[in-house]
Amino acid sequence: MFQGFMVNAWIGASIVAVVAGLVGFFVVLRGSAFVAHAIPNGAFAGAAGAALVGINTIIGLGIFAVLGALGIGWVSRRGRHDVATALVLVFMLGLGALFLSMTVEYAPEIYSLLFGEVLGISSTELTPTIALAVVSVLVIALLYRPLMLSSVLSDVAEARGISAVRVELCFLLMVALTTTMTVPVVGTLLIFSLMIGPPAAARSFTNRPLGALMLSVAFALVSVWAAIAISYKTNYPIGFFVGTISAAQYVLGRVWAAARQRRRPTLGRAPAAAAAS
Amino acid sequence: MSRVPPAGGEAPILEVEGVCVRLGGREILRDVGFRVGAGEFTGLIGSNGAGKTTLFRVILGLQSATAGRVLIAGHPRSRRNPLIGYVPQKFLLDPDAPLRARDLVGLGLDAHRLGFPLPSAKRTALIEEMLDAVDARAFADARVGNLSGGEQQRVLIGHALISRPRLLLLDEPLANLDLASGHEIVALLSRISREQQIAVLISAHEMNPLLPVMDRIVYMAAGRAASGTTEEVVRAEVLSDLYGHPVEVLHVHGRVLVVAGAHGDPGVANGALGAIEIVS
Amino acid sequence: MSHFLSPVFAPGFFQSSLVQIAVVIGALAAVVSAVVGVFTVLRGQSFAGHAFGDIEATGGSGAYLVGIGPLLGFLIAAVIGAVAMEAIGIQRVRGRDLATGIVLGAALGLAALFLYLETTASSTTGATISVLFGSLFAVSSSTIPLVILLSAVAVTIIAVLFRPLLLSSISPELAAARGIPVRLIGALYLLSLAVAAALAAITIGAILSTALLIGPAATALRLTRSPGRAMLSAGLLGVAATWIGIVLAYDSFLWPPVKQGWPVSFFVVTLVLVFYLLAGLPAAVRARAARTDQRARATASGLAG
Repeated sequence: MFQGFMVNAWIGASIVAVVAGLVGFFVVLRGSAFVAHAIPNGAFAGAAGAALVGINTIIGLGIFAVLGALGIGWVSRRGRHDVATALVLVFMLGLGALFLSMTVEYAPEIYSLLFGEVLGISSTELTPTIALAVVSVLVIALLYRPLMLSSVLSDVAEARGISAVRVELCFLLMVALTTTMTVPVVGTLLIFSLMIGPPAAARSFTNRPLGALMLSVAFALVSVWAAIAISYKTNYPIGFFVGTISAAQYVLGRVWAAARQRRRPTLGRAPAAAAAS
Repeated sequence: MSRVPPAGGEAPILEVEGVCVRLGGREILRDVGFRVGAGEFTGLIGSNGAGKTTLFRVILGLQSATAGRVLIAGHPRSRRNPLIGYVPQKFLLDPDAPLRARDLVGLGLDAHRLGFPLPSAKRTALIEEMLDAVDARAFADARVGNLSGGEQQRVLIGHALISRPRLLLLDEPLANLDLASGHEIVALLSRISREQQIAVLISAHEMNPLLPVMDRIVYMAAGRAASGTTEEVVRAEVLSDLYGHPVEVLHVHGRVLVVAGAHGDPGVANGALGAIEIVS
Repeated sequence: MSHFLSPVFAPGFFQSSLVQIAVVIGALAAVVSAVVGVFTVLRGQSFAGHAFGDIEATGGSGAYLVGIGPLLGFLIAAVIGAVAMEAIGIQRVRGRDLATGIVLGAALGLAALFLYLETTASSTTGATISVLFGSLFAVSSSTIPLVILLSAVAVTIIAVLFRPLLLSSISPELAAARGIPVRLIGALYLLSLAVAAALAAITIGAILSTALLIGPAATALRLTRSPGRAMLSAGLLGVAATWIGIVLAYDSFLWPPVKQGWPVSFFVVTLVLVFYLLAGLPAAVRARAARTDQRARATASGLAG
């Protein structure tokens, strides 16, 4: 499974996993699982629209991902955040439904847009993916500290001049960017599995933020590699395995955290204090 | 509205003048003014709804005032206030969030800078020093979300202090703590304030835990404020004027109780309570 | 009369049995969604509400594979999903959203599998679209009794549990202190949410069911604080959106470009969003007036002193 056309699949999937792991760390930290689900799904409408109009689906995907991100930000400033996310999401899906109903032949493409078809990546498609990935990693590295503080202590961050609104916007756009990159690999419906399963599991295994970030990437890589390998052997869709493996990682993380809680309830504390408490 | 002249000497670190805030049709703050001198420990006392949090938000720049102004060390409040350290009342952090106490304190140093924190001996030393200063060594490597209320307070104080502010603002730090932890926090703050000459403005709805350490008090009621020393402010006439209805001040064993007065003239009780102040 | 109505209603609208079925099912779905949706918004569980929609998509694809009707597929999947979410059962909102996401991810993965098996089995992918995005006009009249039954079940659960559910939605601690079995109530609520989502899914498709569930309820809650009145308003808004959507969808058969009609789901979802944004207008106008007022005062007092 490592010859010729598969090489692109491995490379593409690995790149996607790295970025999803990094962005996912903040998705979980900010409790934005819904947003991570909403933006990719909304982007799907863009892909459908692009197919309708006849341009590259990735462009449509990217535009709608960004529009979705901005839309969610805009509407949630005027109402409840979770309601805003839900409505923007379904509105874009509704548009997708409309576009779909107007296109004539679409079925396999739509399926792969939704659930991923990693074997279809060509070398030319890989280049923009790599470029976007580099941009994403740079942005995350740059914004790391303000993003951390604003995610955890938004008032204090605001008092230090870190605008919560701007940070949220950057975060949403990062999710949009990640979404645009994952089309060939995991599909819009399942990218969010990669963005929440591995990071959620990672946090159970370490106290340190940077450690959790690295582990998050590691788990995401394991997830896509296993998914590709099994998908290759069984011919079943890769999305199915990503969804299941991510869920398994999450459960593993929960189990580990519970076990650790029982064994060492005072993890991180100096022995004297532990004895005293 | 009597305003007490500030203690003499160095320029005040914080000046609040004539601040009014109107929100949703209601006047939250009305002509609030006071000063906090360098190194002074000031208590902002008032019950819920008196406007304490709004006042803090104005000082921090999170809320704009309808009128009046705030000066930090003589300059108008700007977007970023390196001179002010802020400790919020509480923050709900996921117990699972991978952030240790020392990481949160470290963020106090440079969260506003872009990029990753490069490991450096100097940075680590500063963090260790701060952890010692707030007695947080014992749980430095535990997840912040797992800490008790008092422990989280200390970490938040460390986070605020590490950037060397001149003024520390604490929003009701004692509200959710048991008496023992509250006592520890007050002692810690008093020590830090004295040793490092940092002004402290701490809001609370109960003044008694702060009585032993407060230099000055700003008493708030119904959006208005009176400031000065405890002796000057915590008097029946002043508080009755502030509240707008009769109020009595009782001193019992060094504690102060402010209670609603019997109907009658402000400051003089005719009813069942009828006591004159016993100053211990 | 017909002369007046004909620009709005395309010919044959009132006579079409498909439309009649759609109107009945759509109205029932809207009402149930409104009732359950108010609590969903109050509890901040919009994600769970949406997750049910997607989970039902899995059920729908599975049902197609096995050969049972979509509504049953939706229902079975939703109930399993509800059980899974309850089993993971986290109290904190953040943890709950995370758990919801995980269950959803697993379910969608399963959907991927089902749809794949379908295409290899029968090489038709019409199932995907109709399951995911709904085809209200294609529902047979035989489902109506089941729809009525399910509607009754969901509404009854909510009606019976109204007060304890309200208290535990607004303040679980207070409810627990009064001896209310918060967990049990939550589970029963989740069940009625599953049913409501199934009905909404039949109307506008699994993926879009959230719109009917959340939209009218959120809009109503913007306009009134009272949950009872909110349910009433939400019901009216939901039925309005659904019926107008049906009319427009029927009319659209005559529209360009393809003369095959725009989906009902698209209209309903758009209307729902529009209603929500419109409901925000009075507050926004007030806020803007207050801001200009404040600025004027600040300028005046700045000039004065």
